[in-house]
Amino acid sequence: MTNYWEDISNSDCVLMMGCNPAENHPISFKWVLRAKDKGATLIHVDPRFTRTTGHCQLSAHLRSGSDIAFIGGMINYILANKLFFADYMREYTNASFVVGSKFSFKDGLFSGFDAKKKVYDKSTWAFEMDANGVPVRDDSFKNPRCVLNLLQKHFERYTLDAVTAATGTSKEDLLAVYKAFASTGTAERSGTIMYAMGYTQKTVGVQNIRSMSIVQLLLGNIGVAGGGVNALRGESNVQGSTDQGLLANILPGYIDVPKSSFAKYEDWVKASTPVSKDPKSVNWWGNKPKYIASLLKSMYPEATLEEAFQMLPKVDAHRKMTDYFWLNIFERMHKGEMKGLFAWGMNPACGGANAQKNREAMGKLKWLVNVNLYENETSSFWKGPGMKPESIKTEVFFLPCAASYEKEGSVTNSSRVVQWRYRGPHPLNNVKPDGDIMLELFKEIRGMYEKDGGAYPDPIKALNIADWEEHNEYSPRKVARLLNGYFLKDVTINGTTYTKGQQVPSFAMLQADGSTTSGCWVLCGMQPAADKHLGMRRDKTATEMQANLSMTPNWAWAWPVNRRIIYNRASVDATGKPFAPQKAVIAWKDGKWVGDVVDGGGDPGTKHPFIMQTHGMGALFGPGREDGPFPEHYEPMESPLKKHGFSNQRVNPVAYLLPTEKLAIADAKFPHICTTYRVTEHWQTGLMTRRQEWLLEAEPEVFCEMNPALAKSIGINNGDRVLLSSPRGEVNAVAMVTERIQSFTIMGKEVHQIGLPWHYGWVTPNFGGDSANLLTSSVGEPNTGIPETKAFMANVRKA
Amino acid sequence: MGKMMFIDLTRCTACRGCQVACKQWKSLPGEATRNTGTHQNPPDLSFNTLKLVRFSEPKVDGKLHWLFFPDACRHCLEPPCMGQANLDDEGAVIQDEATGAVIFTDKIANADAEAVRTACPYDIPRPEKDGKMSSKCDFCIDRISNGMKPSCVHVCPTGCMNFGTEEEMRALAKTRLEEVKKHYPQATLGNDDVRVMYLFAVDPKNYSYNAVAEAAPTGPMTRREVFASLAGKPKA
Repeated sequence: MTNYWEDISNSDCVLMMGCNPAENHPISFKWVLRAKDKGATLIHVDPRFTRTTGHCQLSAHLRSGSDIAFIGGMINYILANKLFFADYMREYTNASFVVGSKFSFKDGLFSGFDAKKKVYDKSTWAFEMDANGVPVRDDSFKNPRCVLNLLQKHFERYTLDAVTAATGTSKEDLLAVYKAFASTGTAERSGTIMYAMGYTQKTVGVQNIRSMSIVQLLLGNIGVAGGGVNALRGESNVQGSTDQGLLANILPGYIDVPKSSFAKYEDWVKASTPVSKDPKSVNWWGNKPKYIASLLKSMYPEATLEEAFQMLPKVDAHRKMTDYFWLNIFERMHKGEMKGLFAWGMNPACGGANAQKNREAMGKLKWLVNVNLYENETSSFWKGPGMKPESIKTEVFFLPCAASYEKEGSVTNSSRVVQWRYRGPHPLNNVKPDGDIMLELFKEIRGMYEKDGGAYPDPIKALNIADWEEHNEYSPRKVARLLNGYFLKDVTINGTTYTKGQQVPSFAMLQADGSTTSGCWVLCGMQPAADKHLGMRRDKTATEMQANLSMTPNWAWAWPVNRRIIYNRASVDATGKPFAPQKAVIAWKDGKWVGDVVDGGGDPGTKHPFIMQTHGMGALFGPGREDGPFPEHYEPMESPLKKHGFSNQRVNPVAYLLPTEKLAIADAKFPHICTTYRVTEHWQTGLMTRRQEWLLEAEPEVFCEMNPALAKSIGINNGDRVLLSSPRGEVNAVAMVTERIQSFTIMGKEVHQIGLPWHYGWVTPNFGGDSANLLTSSVGEPNTGIPETKAFMANVRKA
Repeated sequence: MGKMMFIDLTRCTACRGCQVACKQWKSLPGEATRNTGTHQNPPDLSFNTLKLVRFSEPKVDGKLHWLFFPDACRHCLEPPCMGQANLDDEGAVIQDEATGAVIFTDKIANADAEAVRTACPYDIPRPEKDGKMSSKCDFCIDRISNGMKPSCVHVCPTGCMNFGTEEEMRALAKTRLEEVKKHYPQATLGNDDVRVMYLFAVDPKNYSYNAVAEAAPTGPMTRREVFASLAGKPKA
C-alpha cells in the first residue's frame, strides 16, 4: 500500500476493483464504511455482485479479464473531459517528458518487439535527454511525443463503445463510475483504489495496476490522504516476505538479483543503480550501492565485497526471469529436471495453478520436504486422486512447524507496518519454528561440507549465521538486529561517530564501503538500538494533524523511516502548502515539515516528489516493464474471443506461455468464463481452516456460482452437484444458482460467467471437493510470473 | 434500565465473526453441514448454534439486494418463553435483574420444549436432540456481568453489533436511523420491546421470516399461555 488501512476512511471515493474486501479483508471494511459515513462514494467493479457490492452506492460488473479496457476507458474519459488535476499532473508526473523518436505503438505492439524471442527492446521507449542528461520537458504539451499526448493518443481508442464491447459493462454503468471517480481530480478531493488478486493474477497483472496508477496520477491522488494505490495483501505477512526478497528476481530490500553477465561486483552495482542528472531529483535508488554492500556484509561480514559478490548465486543473463518463477519451476520438475523440492509453508498440490500438473511433477522428484502445520495435499500427493502410490518413487519428508502464535517475530502488514508479535503457547514437542528448522538444516549441511568437502563450499562455510542464533537456538530478535544493520567498525558521519557494533540509526547512514551491515535496507531504522525494536511500540499518541487522519506514528513502525503515506511530498504545492488543508498529510510550518515523515527532505519546492523514480516524477509513461510503457487491453490467454476490438494482437505478446499448454480459445467445449476466489471462512488452500469445525460448518465444500439462465439451460437446480471442466481437469462442486452472477455480451456474443472458491482439497473433509486450481492454466504474467488464475474458460454440466 | 444490543444491519458484511465467536466463547461444537446452494450454514439455529447469520437475495423495487441477518434471542423486555416455561417449572427461565438478560436455567429440561419454542415470537429456542434441554443465546451473561461485551459484539469489525445501556443503545439507534436514511430511504427500526434492536435498510420481511414480530402480546396472559392453560398445562 502507498497508504495505510485507516487512511481509507479519509477518502472521498473508494474504488474497489479486483478485490472483495467485505469478504476477504473484512477488517478493512471498517475503514471503508467510515469513509461512507463521512460522505464518500463507494464503488465496486467486479464480475460478481458480492458482499462488497451490496454496500456500495455504485457498482459495475465486468467479465473477468477486461480490467484494462475498463480503466483505459476511464483514462480516456478523464483526458477527453480535462478532469485531471492539472497542476499536479504538470509538476509531479512525467506528462511533459518527451519520449524518444524510436518509440511507436502499432496494432497492439510497442516498438522494439522481437517476434522470435518474444521480448521487447526497451531502449526504444527511452525519454529524450537534453545536453545535461536531463529528460526534455514540454510544459506547453505541444510536442506530439510528450507523454501526455502519447497517452491521449493511446487511450482515445478506449471509447465507451469499445470498452462496452470488451467488458460487457453497460455504458450507463461505465459513465457513472468514471464520473464519480474522476470527481476526485481536484486539489481538495481524493480517491483511493483497493485491489487484490483480481488485478494481479492475469497475464496483464502488472499493467492492470499500471492503468490504475495512471488514473491516480492524472487525478492527483498519490501521496495524499484518502488516495493511493493500495494492494490488499492476501496473508498477514506477504508484505514482509516480499520485503525479504522471496521472489526469484529480487534480493531483500528490492535489490536486483545479480546476473551471470556481471563479472565483477562493480558491474552489478553499476547496472542496478540509476543515475539522474536533474538536481531536483532525489533519485533515492542512487543509494543502492550502500544497500547492496550492507546486504552482502550481513551475509559475509569477513569477506570483501568482491568476494561476497562472487559467492552469490547468479541468474543466467540470457534467460527470461519467467524461467525462474513458480510456473517454470513446476514445468522443469514435470520434465524430470529437478531432484528435490522444499515446499515450505506451501501447498502447491492445491495452491498452484494447474494443480494436477504440480501433483504429477512432484512424482518425478527424488525427494520432497513439506514443512507445514498439518498433513496436506502436497505431503500426501502420492496417495491422492488418480495417483498410483506404487509407481511413485519420491521420498517425502514432513516437518511439522510451529504456528505463528507459537513463536515470536515481526509481521509486516499491507500498510508496511512492522509489528512485533510475542509468543503465545509453546509449540508441541518436536514442533519447531521455521527459523530453527532452517538453522539446524543449515548447520547440518555445513557440517557435511566441512567433513566431506564438495563443490564450492565457500558460500556455505562463510555465511554469517552467528547473527541468527542465541544459545544454540534461532533468535528472531538477533535477526531483527541484523535486518536493521550495525556498524562493522567505527564510522564518522557528518561529525557524529558511530562505534563498531552499534545499530545503524537509519538507512541514510548505511555505507557503500562495507563498513555497515543491513539484511534489508528498508527496515533500517526499525531497530535503532540493540534492545529497542520500534515494532514493539503500542503508543496511540499522535499530533492533532496526524490524529485527523487516524494516523498512529507511534504505534509499531512502518518502512520506510516510519513514513505512513509514501510520496507524500506530492500532497503539497511548491511552497509546502497542502492541496487539501482539511486532510493535510504534511505541511511546511515555521521553517520545518510537520505531519507525516516527509519524502525527500529539504525545503519546499526543492525536490521532485516521486523520490524512488529516477527522474522524480510519477510515471504516466513507464518504460521499465517487460510488456510496454502503457497498459493495453489483451484478451486473457483463454477467452471466448478469437479477436478483440483493440488490435490484432490477441494476447499479451510477452506473457509466459509454454508451447505445450493446452488452451481453450473460443472453444465450444469450454464456453464459460470462469474465475476463482476466496470466502471469508477459509484461508488460502484451507490447510488451517478446513480443520476448524466452526469455519468448516459455515463453508463445508466447494461450490460453483452460476446465473439462473445458465442453470436452466443445462438443467441444474440450486444445490445440485455439477462437474466443472477445463482443458486441464475437472472439479465436482455444488451448484449455487444466483442472480449475483451474470452473463455478459462480449463483442456481440453472450457469454456466461461462473466462478468457484479455491480453498478445498481432497485430504479433508472427505466430501469437500478438490482444488479449483485443477482447472486453471500455467500461463503467466511477464514481469512477475504470476499465473492467470482469475480468468480462464470452463464448462459446467450436471454431475 | 438494563443492557441492550443494537444491530445496525446497514453495516453487516456477513463476515460471520459473530457466529463463530459465539461458538468459541461457549465451546459449542461445529455441526456436520453440507452446502445446499446457499452460504447460510448451519442451515438454521440449533441447540448448538445460538447465533446464525441468515442470508437472503431479494429484489426490492427491481434492485438486487444481498441481505444478512445475524439472528439470535432478542431478550424480550417481557419474555413469552419465560411465561410459558415457568408454567412447567418455576425458574426454568429467569430474567437477570441487572442486565435484563433472559436465561434458560437447567430447569428448562422440565419445560415443554416445543411449547417454549412456539411461545417465542421470533422462533428462537431450539430443543436438544435426544434430550430434554432447550437452548438459546444468554446475552453472554458471564461476560456482561463482568464488564465485557457479549462475544459477538466484541468481534464485530464494522460496528454492526453494538452493546451498552438501554439508554445509549436507543439513542444510537435513533441517530443511526436518521443517518442511514440518505442511503436507505426505506430504513426502519425493528421491534423495540426487546433488548436486541435491529436497524433494517429495507423492509424487514426481506431479511428473514422472523426478523420482526407481528404484534406484541396483549393482556395479562399471552395467547400461548392461554392456549397452554386450556390444553391442560401446566402438569397437574
